[in-house]
Amino acid sequence: MKYYDEYRDGASARALVAELRKVVTRPMRIMEVCGSHTMAIFRNGIRSILPDGLELISGPGCPVCVTSASHMDAFIAMADRPGVRVAIFGDLFRVPGSRGSLANASSRGAKVDIVYSPIDALDLAARHPQDLVVFLGVGFETTTPTIAATILAARNRNISNFAVFATQKTVPPALTVLLEDPELQLNGLLCPGHVSAIIGAGAYIPFAEKYHIACVVAGFETTDLLTSLIMLAQQIGAGEARVENAYARAVSWEGNTRAQQMVAEIFEPCDTQWRGLGLIPGSGLKIREKYRDFDAEVRLHVTLPPADEPKGCRCGDILKGISNPRQCPLFGNRCTPASPVGPCMVSSEGTCAAFHKYGLEV
Amino acid sequence: MCLAIPMRVTEVHGSPEDFTTSQIAIVDADGISREVRLDVVDHWPSVGDYVIVHAGFAIHSLIEAEALKNLSLLKELAAQMPEELLS
Ligand code: SF4
Repeated sequence: MKYYDEYRDGASARALVAELRKVVTRPMRIMEVCGSHTMAIFRNGIRSILPDGLELISGPGCPVCVTSASHMDAFIAMADRPGVRVAIFGDLFRVPGSRGSLANASSRGAKVDIVYSPIDALDLAARHPQDLVVFLGVGFETTTPTIAATILAARNRNISNFAVFATQKTVPPALTVLLEDPELQLNGLLCPGHVSAIIGAGAYIPFAEKYHIACVVAGFETTDLLTSLIMLAQQIGAGEARVENAYARAVSWEGNTRAQQMVAEIFEPCDTQWRGLGLIPGSGLKIREKYRDFDAEVRLHVTLPPADEPKGCRCGDILKGISNPRQCPLFGNRCTPASPVGPCMVSSEGTCAAFHKYGLEV
Repeated sequence: MCLAIPMRVTEVHGSPEDFTTSQIAIVDADGISREVRLDVVDHWPSVGDYVIVHAGFAIHSLIEAEALKNLSLLKELAAQMPEELLS
């Protein structure tokens, strides 16, 4: 049975668009927090049917985009070390640091392998016992449990030439920074789907209460997204600020407690640097002392170099939702997906890449 | 990066409590069979359930009835609305 086809059904989508037009009764600003939502919204053409008055702002939810230039430089320096083989998700390959990318490192002989899953990096370590295989941990709450499970698997399989350079981040502390920003003036949050599958829809209750902002957890299909926007517009129109879960087939209120426990076993919170948002207390994750043998920063004595962001790139403001790509003078001329200046143009979930691919005047 | 499509479980290996066994499911995604890890799945699935997968790991499992319930709510909502064209 392919029930999910129904979520793409054209007739329901049309009805939902009509309803959305009806419920947007006043100007409202809604942020889609997650990069996969940014892409899905463009791909499904939702941006082109938005009623006047509903402004959709892209948020910081593209993990590669919020990785700081300093971390990128440290990744590249790590790949350049003899005896080290780095394993990455493909999105990271062409992201520029302050002097080139992992792609450049690879072409000068560094060992850089693109993997689909952290567990593939562990298999690489098993196949290359002479190398220290370092998985570069970039991602949010959805990715971290897969890395935690891989570290446990490494221990169970006695694979000692495997380590993780952990730079994963957590979304709620970044939301606090955004919601404290007087410039943004948001009325609603389209909350991430799979981050919420891990942390639970309940994680947004403090935000709804403290900042009086409507929160709806959304899935990725056209009908999911439209339904979620309708729910947000209804709340905002009625002056309400609650958390609603429009993606109950994947997200519960308490989240995935099994994954949460595994993450807490391996990682502890730390302060970390976000591109665009700066240092956010408690928003990073580092490997606990007990698992230090799997911590690449400890094993290879990594220090984070100070680094410059790419010149002229406005990813920082874009990730905060205060600029859109069209306001960047480099967009579409000096900066394109084929020759990206900043990370928001590299990642398949980056806002600049989305604007470029779908070429919309919005 | 988020693959939202639930995949149907056709085989389950290992046990939920024992992390030294391989906790693996075989899933069917549009006729292609794939192996996914069950280390961090929220509820241990049975054959016939669906899982949502991220980076090779199942992060959530759901039974067919749950999937259908969600769907019928959407349909109800849509049925109450007037037909109108997209643009
Ligand atoms: S268009 Fe390119 S240079 Fe401009 S903000 Fe986006 S990634 Fe940066």
